[in-house]
Amino acid sequence: MNKTLLTGAPLIGMGASLGAFANAAGAMAGVNLNAIGMFFVFVIISLGITWWAAGRTKSTSDFYTAGGQISGFQNGLAITGDWCSSAALMGIAALIYSTGFDGLIYSVVPFGAWPLMMFLLADRLRNLGKYTIADIVSLRMARVPIRSLIATAGLAFVIGYLIVQMVGAGTLISNLFGLNYEVAQVIIGVLIVVYVAFGGMIATTYVQLIKAVLLLSGATFITVAVLAKFGFSIDGLYAAAVAKHPTKEAVMQPGGLLPDPINAISCGVMLLFGGAAMPHVLMRFFTVPDAKQARLSVAWAATFIGYFYLLTFFIGYGAVAFVMDDPKFMDEVTGAIRGGPNMAAIHLAEAMGGDLLLGFISAVAFATIVAVVAGLTIAGASAISHDLYANVLRHGQATDAEVVKVSRIAAIGLGALGVALGIAFKDQNIAYLIVLPFTISSTVFFPVLFLAMYWRRLTTTGIITGGWIGLASAIVMLVVGPTIWKDILGNPEPLFPYKYPALFSMAISFGTMVIVSLLDGSERGKREVALFDDQFVRSQTGLGAEGATQH
Amino acid sequence: MQHLYERIDRDPRFHALARRRSLLGWGLSAAVLVAYYAFILAIAFAPGLLAMPLGPDTVLTVGIIAGLAVIVMSVALTGVYVWRANRTFDGLNAAIVGDATRDA
Repeated sequence: MNKTLLTGAPLIGMGASLGAFANAAGAMAGVNLNAIGMFFVFVIISLGITWWAAGRTKSTSDFYTAGGQISGFQNGLAITGDWCSSAALMGIAALIYSTGFDGLIYSVVPFGAWPLMMFLLADRLRNLGKYTIADIVSLRMARVPIRSLIATAGLAFVIGYLIVQMVGAGTLISNLFGLNYEVAQVIIGVLIVVYVAFGGMIATTYVQLIKAVLLLSGATFITVAVLAKFGFSIDGLYAAAVAKHPTKEAVMQPGGLLPDPINAISCGVMLLFGGAAMPHVLMRFFTVPDAKQARLSVAWAATFIGYFYLLTFFIGYGAVAFVMDDPKFMDEVTGAIRGGPNMAAIHLAEAMGGDLLLGFISAVAFATIVAVVAGLTIAGASAISHDLYANVLRHGQATDAEVVKVSRIAAIGLGALGVALGIAFKDQNIAYLIVLPFTISSTVFFPVLFLAMYWRRLTTTGIITGGWIGLASAIVMLVVGPTIWKDILGNPEPLFPYKYPALFSMAISFGTMVIVSLLDGSERGKREVALFDDQFVRSQTGLGAEGATQH
Repeated sequence: MQHLYERIDRDPRFHALARRRSLLGWGLSAAVLVAYYAFILAIAFAPGLLAMPLGPDTVLTVGIIAGLAVIVMSVALTGVYVWRANRTFDGLNAAIVGDATRDA
C-alpha cells in the first residue's frame, strides 16, 4: 500500500471540504454552522477509519468482504445504513406531511422485503456466495454470459440509484447547509472515492454503521420529543395532526396513491421482490463468516429498519402537528413550507430541539447520503472489477493485485460519474428514477437468484434468454409508460398503461427462463442440471463455503 | 469436496433437515405475503375499511394499526426463523456434516 497516497488522501478530502465550507460561508448568508461543524466531525472520524481500514485492505477478499470478519450485529447495523437512504427519513416524512396515510404505505410495504430475504435467500446466499451475486449463479452456470448479464443489470441498477441519491443530495444540502449545489456534489464525490477506493468494504461498513447509529438516535430523539409534548399519548399526537391538516380526518385514511388494483399489485411485487434482491445489500452477506451470522445480520437489520419505519409513523404526523401553519417554517412569499415538503422532518427537528437538533439532523442527512452512495459505489466497483474484468475479460486469470487495482480505478470512475450525473440532472424531477433499480432488481436479480438456488432444471441458456428479454421489456415498459412517455416526453397517451411494470417484466423474465431451460437439450445444459445436487448440499450445509480470512 | 457432497446427499437425515427448513421458510414466506397483499389490496379495493376509526373517542384508524401490526409481525416472524434455525437446524446440520467428514 502506498503510504504517501494514503496519508495524503484524507488531507485532500478535508482540504476540499474546508475550502468548500469557507467559500460557501463567504458567499451565502444562510449557512448552518452547527450542521457544518457536526458533519465535519463525522468526516474526520470516517476518514480516520478509512486510513485505518486502508492498512488492512490488501486482497480482493479484504476489498469486497472485509475479509469475511464482520459480526452479524455490526453487519445488521451496516445494512440498516445501506437501506435507509435520506428518502427514508425525509421522503416518508414529506409524503405523510402532504398526504397523510398514503405516505405510511412507503414505510410499511418496502419492509416486507426483509422477512422474504431472510426466509428464502439469506442462508443459501451466504453458503454459496463469494463477492457478488453473480458468483452464486456461476457455480453451475457458464461464467461469461451469466456475469455479463448480471454485471450489466447491476451497473444499470447502481447508476439509476446513484442519480436519485446525488440529485436529492445536492438539493438537500444546498437547503440545509447553505452550500452551492455543485460544491455539494464534489464533496460527496470526493468522500465516496476516498472511502471506497482506499478503505474498501471495511471503511464502507464502518461509515454505514456510524451513520445508522446517528440516524436511529436522531429519529428516536425527535419521536420522544414529539410524544413528550402530548404526555406520551399517541392518540393526542394524531388528534393534533388531524386538527392541523387541511384534509382533517382524511389524513388518517388511504387516499389515491395506488390508483388501480394492477398498479397496486405491481408496485407490491416491485417493492417486495425487488427489495429482497438488491445487489448492494446482498453483497453485505458475504462480509460475515458463516450462515448463522448472515441470519443474525438480517435479524438485526430487520429489527433496526422495522424500528426506524415505526418511528416514521410519529415523525411524519409530528411534522403535521408542529410544522404545518407555523409561520416560522413557511415561505413569506408563497406561504408554502420553506424548502418544500422534503424539509418537513428537518423543520420538525428545529421545532423540537432548536438549532442544535436542527444541526444534528442536517449532519445526519448528509452522512446518510454519503453512506448510501458509498455502498452503491462498492457494489458497482465489484460488478466492474470482479465480474466484468476478472471473469469476463481475463477469464479468471487476473492476479489479486490486478483486481484490487481495477476495483480502485472503478471506484474513482463511479465517483466521478456520480458527480457528473448529479450536475447533469440538476433541477430535474428525477423521483421516478427510483422505480428503475427496483424494477431491474425484481426482473433480473430475484428470478435469477431464486431459480438458480431452488430449481434444478435451470440452465445458462434459460437465464440469459429470460434475463435479457426481461431487462429489455422492463426498460421499454418504463419508457413508454405514463411517467416518461406522457408526463416527461409530453405525449398525449402512454403506450403502456401502468406506472409500475414489475409485475409484467418479472413474469416475462421468470416465464422465459423456465420455458427456455426446459427446452434446452444441450450438453452444457445437462451438465448444469447435474451439478444441482452438489450445489444443493453446499447451500444447505455451508460445506465448502467461503470462510473468513485471517491476517 | 465432491465425495463429501455425495455422501451427505445419501444421508436421509440431510433430506429430512432440508425439508424441515424449507417447510418453515415457505410457511413463513406465505404468511408474510398474505399479510402484505391483504394490506396492499385493502388500500386498492377497500380503502373504506382502513379508513374506519377504531372507536368513538379516538382518531386512530384501522389502517394505522394495520400498518403498525404488519411491521411488528414481520420483525417477529424474522425472529422466529432465526431462533429455529440457530437453535435446532444448526445443531442437526453440524451432526450431519460431522459424520460425513469423520467417515471420509
